[in-house]
Amino acid sequence: MSIKLLQGNQAVVEGAIAAGVKFYGGYPITPSTEIAEQLAARLPQVGGKFMQTEDELAGIGAVIGASMGGKKAMTATSGPGFSLKQELLGLACTAEIPIVVVDVQRVGPATGQPTSPAQGEVMMTRWGTHGDHWVIVVSPVSVPECFWLTIRAVNLAEKYRVPVIILMDEVVGHMREKIELPDDYSTIETVDRKRPDCAPEDYLAYGTKGDDLVPPMADFGSGYRWHVTGLIHDETGFPKGTPDATLQSLNRLHDKIYKNLDDIVTFENYKTDDADYVIVSFGGAARTAYDTVDMARKEGLKVGLFRAITLWPFPEKQVQELASRVQGILVHELNYGQYVLEVERVVAGKCPVWLYGKYDNSSAAPKQLLDELKKHLGR
Amino acid sequence: MGMEQLLEKYFRPGRLPHIWCPGCGHGIITGAIVKAVDKLGLSKDEVAVISGIGCSSRASGYLDFNTANTLHGRALPIASGLKMANPKLKVIVPSGDGDAAAIGGNHLIHAARRNIDLTLIVYNNSIYGMTGGQYSPLTPKGSKATTAPYLTIEPAFNLLDLAKAAGATFVARSTTFHVQNMVDVIAKAIEHKGFSIVECVTGCPTNFGRQNKIGSAPKMIEWQRDHGVMIGAWNRMDDETRAKALADGKFPIGVLYENNDVQEYTEAYDELIKRAQGGK
Repeated sequence: MSIKLLQGNQAVVEGAIAAGVKFYGGYPITPSTEIAEQLAARLPQVGGKFMQTEDELAGIGAVIGASMGGKKAMTATSGPGFSLKQELLGLACTAEIPIVVVDVQRVGPATGQPTSPAQGEVMMTRWGTHGDHWVIVVSPVSVPECFWLTIRAVNLAEKYRVPVIILMDEVVGHMREKIELPDDYSTIETVDRKRPDCAPEDYLAYGTKGDDLVPPMADFGSGYRWHVTGLIHDETGFPKGTPDATLQSLNRLHDKIYKNLDDIVTFENYKTDDADYVIVSFGGAARTAYDTVDMARKEGLKVGLFRAITLWPFPEKQVQELASRVQGILVHELNYGQYVLEVERVVAGKCPVWLYGKYDNSSAAPKQLLDELKKHLGR
Repeated sequence: MGMEQLLEKYFRPGRLPHIWCPGCGHGIITGAIVKAVDKLGLSKDEVAVISGIGCSSRASGYLDFNTANTLHGRALPIASGLKMANPKLKVIVPSGDGDAAAIGGNHLIHAARRNIDLTLIVYNNSIYGMTGGQYSPLTPKGSKATTAPYLTIEPAFNLLDLAKAAGATFVARSTTFHVQNMVDVIAKAIEHKGFSIVECVTGCPTNFGRQNKIGSAPKMIEWQRDHGVMIGAWNRMDDETRAKALADGKFPIGVLYENNDVQEYTEAYDELIKRAQGGK
């Protein structure tokens, strides 16, 4: 292990290298640019390739192409760029091309406030591209978690053949923190997509076996000639738009994620065991909440923090369990109120759900968050 | 190899008939691509065909290579990423005039600028066919289109001049009348190491011919015969004759420009990797 002082964005870069990413395509945009800059230096050192593309669309497009060619590939962006990437994100969903997209959020909409903290893209990560689709979204809280969660994101993308979005924010992306980096990345567990082991003439590009809903994926040029399409397709990979084929295709894209929630959904419980009240938060906003919990407990208030690490799929089971035993949930996020909608849906009236949505270009101080909670408790 | 054998060897069983209208020239161009691949003796495994969206882009699904029918205008970025991942692949991009010159125009000039080894085949039928006859950046000024009921007022691109100015190192044109020439220039384009573009002039009787009262498919092919001039003959014209030919709507066909002195992008990247790893 070597101890370093790194920025969140830099830790993402090291995580990508450790995970075996060999291609990056992207366009510079604050506050994610450091990821592009550092990968431009790091990737060729490990035999990988970096492309600064003409626009955001080309960035994710090249990433999809590189992944089709068999390389682990990622891109990074921020709000305006993430808007542009939605079109190709949908292609990666339906064609099941493993890619990782980092979105270091800034204040929006439009140009917004490029270097101020916000978390206004929570719903966009879930519903950004058109049509029914399912992705995995993870959100790191610290610099070390940026490193480990990037590795996990790449692994999940490969395992489930799905785009994985690393949803960061300006706080986590630009903050510098201590991190212990393994000296030898080859000791880190990584996942490679399943590749076909049948004869090429027997290969069904989207054929699955039994409970395993993720089809093996052949590299373009490896002797298995198959067809990628953005059209609804059947297990052969060729377009088929009948109601049955559409149903089967969408159901499998859903089920391959939602039948594996125990493998995919991760979270952190901080002092929730005996808590009467729980703060639900994630990413940069959650950093405030640890201190809030400790301050509250000094005042005799039993407060805990439930931090969603996997934002989507939503940690439904876990939040329902909390709702069944606490007296109230306060959702804290840096927007006008997005994740709270999903918390309310899942809690379904089992306990009160309050929102402290902060959307003034700044993070909350722990005391502000505590005061918000106390306001709801009549203290 | 006759067309029957070519069909059997290079087209996917069960994927035909194609979606193209009777009289459409897209089958001729797709046939020419296959004949060029066959002429070069490439294995099907080493060829990738990456397309966007539009009538022409459906070609990828019919062909038994490594194929993708992606998104409107986005074939070149996806093809670029694939080429970077596996530079050994011969990557061919069939594209329409709207796909290549309108929604994908920015990707076109930058792929050309990088001189990445892709072969862009533009099926230029001067119209948006799939959506039913709207004007494209390659529709001649003064044409009728469903979005130009009072005739188009926008001049068309000279797409090949644009690509050349952007950095393409192989530029060619052919027509669906000049089939043998088309096969030859596509084969040369695939062989060329760098970004190559071949504009294949084709007819859309359904959505361009009919609106503009040009007549049936054979009439459109006759028009190509009468307006496409082999580059040798074109170059031999004196200035006055060439000016008249241009004014009559004639255009040169064949290999119009080739430059083998510019380093190809993935080769340049391999050198970059050596530099990054401490070599020279």
